Amino acid sequence: MANKEAQRLKRERIIEENGIIFLDNVSKSYSSGSPALNGVTLSIGRGEFVFIVGDSGSGKSTLIKLLLRELTATSGSVYVMGNDLAKLKHRQIPRFRRNLGVVFQDFRLLNDRNVYENVAFAQRIVETPVSEIRRNVPAILATVGLAGKYKAKTKQLSGGEQQRVALARALVNNPSILLADEPTGNLDPNNSWEIMKLLEEINESGTTVVVVTHNREIVNAMQKRVITMKKGVIISDEEKGGYIDED
Amino acid sequence: MKISTLLYTIKQGFANIFRNKWYSLASIATISACLFLFGLFYSIVANFQNILKTAEEGVSVTVFFHSEWDGCESHTDGQIPSEQKIEEIGQEIAKRAEVSDVQFKSADEAWATFGPDYFGEDYAEGFPENPLAGEDSYEIFLSDVSMQDALVTWLQSIPEVRKVNYSEMTANTLSGLNLLIAYVSMGIIVILLAVSIFLISNTVAIGISVRSEEINIMKYIGATDFFVRAPFVLEGMLIGLIGAALPLGLIYSLYNYALNYMVNRFMVLSGFLNFLSVDEVFHFLVPISLGVGVGIGFLGSISTVRKHLHV
Repeated sequence: MANKEAQRLKRERIIEENGIIFLDNVSKSYSSGSPALNGVTLSIGRGEFVFIVGDSGSGKSTLIKLLLRELTATSGSVYVMGNDLAKLKHRQIPRFRRNLGVVFQDFRLLNDRNVYENVAFAQRIVETPVSEIRRNVPAILATVGLAGKYKAKTKQLSGGEQQRVALARALVNNPSILLADEPTGNLDPNNSWEIMKLLEEINESGTTVVVVTHNREIVNAMQKRVITMKKGVIISDEEKGGYIDED
Repeated sequence: MKISTLLYTIKQGFANIFRNKWYSLASIATISACLFLFGLFYSIVANFQNILKTAEEGVSVTVFFHSEWDGCESHTDGQIPSEQKIEEIGQEIAKRAEVSDVQFKSADEAWATFGPDYFGEDYAEGFPENPLAGEDSYEIFLSDVSMQDALVTWLQSIPEVRKVNYSEMTANTLSGLNLLIAYVSMGIIVILLAVSIFLISNTVAIGISVRSEEINIMKYIGATDFFVRAPFVLEGMLIGLIGAALPLGLIYSLYNYALNYMVNRFMVLSGFLNFLSVDEVFHFLVPISLGVGVGIGFLGSISTVRKHLHV
């Protein structure tokens, strides 16, 4: 018990000193080709809203995979919520990810289940009592504007609605960080803005939001912190930044 | 783990079968086809072996002893045993591993048996004395006909033994046939099982691989390996169970039908063709079929899901 408390305090200290996400001189190389990330140092504070932009091959996806602990860094250290991800054992990864909401461009919903089941699934994983699931899921669906569609199969929904379901699933366990990998990549402008507004609201409620995107219009309009990557390195990191044209 | 979580994973295992009904049907059909062929072949081979075993059990060796009725040579070369000695020899024979049964037949019993066969009901007429006097014998039945030679050699080495009657050709033929059927059937059963295991595990693997995306999603949102794996494993085991139970049911009906048909149609051969009852066949077939079906469903799903868990 005392050991757990000591570890929690240690994590809190790391977050206070370096941010909720901290990459220290991180490189990632695959077996062939040039490194996907090359000496990246980056700190994101608790409650920030950050865009990560860059062309294909800039290292954005590798960065997200490192933060999800799907990959481990070749060198350097990755800290998320005070956890040194290199030291995380395989059996510890599920518990770590439960504090990390994640949204993908292709929604990644369980298409053989309805909207309610998709969102409830995230709660079942963390063994939330059924009575609480019955309370929490309708509430989060109402937050993302899908209160009336909880019985619908995901395939019957529009792209925007599917992304809202994915957002509801990511948020239902109250994660500290929300990672969104091209969340508007498959959506029309109207739906893209709706999703971004939701992300902004989520951020205002205290969740750290990291959005990887190509959407120039949204990045320029929202005036948030923008980290620009190119060929595995950070070429720009601006508060209230805009989309940098590389040409 | 909470009971509600356990119940949820069990419910998901059942639900997966219906969610992926085409995969479930294909898997069940593959398992059923493999195990049906296996069961059918086993039923035939088991009956062949049973018929041979019955034939082997009928093969006997008869031992005769020296007596005062022997010619001069016997008196000189052998020893005439007392009744007690004959009994002792009988006990020694019964102790041998290759012997399943020993029956003593006195000269009077022998005459009472053979007399009517050769001379009709009035066999005793014209024979004031037993013509088989001194022909006390043991009829020895073998547990393993291939060991007849060893037994005969040993019997012939007993000084009190005058003569050993046996058929080398019958023993050799039965023993060779038995060995041939054992090897061939073992080979075919091993091949059938190997093909079944290969096909079933591949079917399970393909069914799970097409759902690797689902496994990825579960892992991304923090599911433990157990939480991901349990419904798939249960699904695999249920498919294996159904896939094994269906051919067992079919073979049960077919076997009963075939058994009745053979017994009625070839009643004249009932003395030679001793078929196994359906219970005797299923005593072996049920655990093997269920073991293969459920076991491969279990192992196949565990190993395939494991490949997709490293996300």
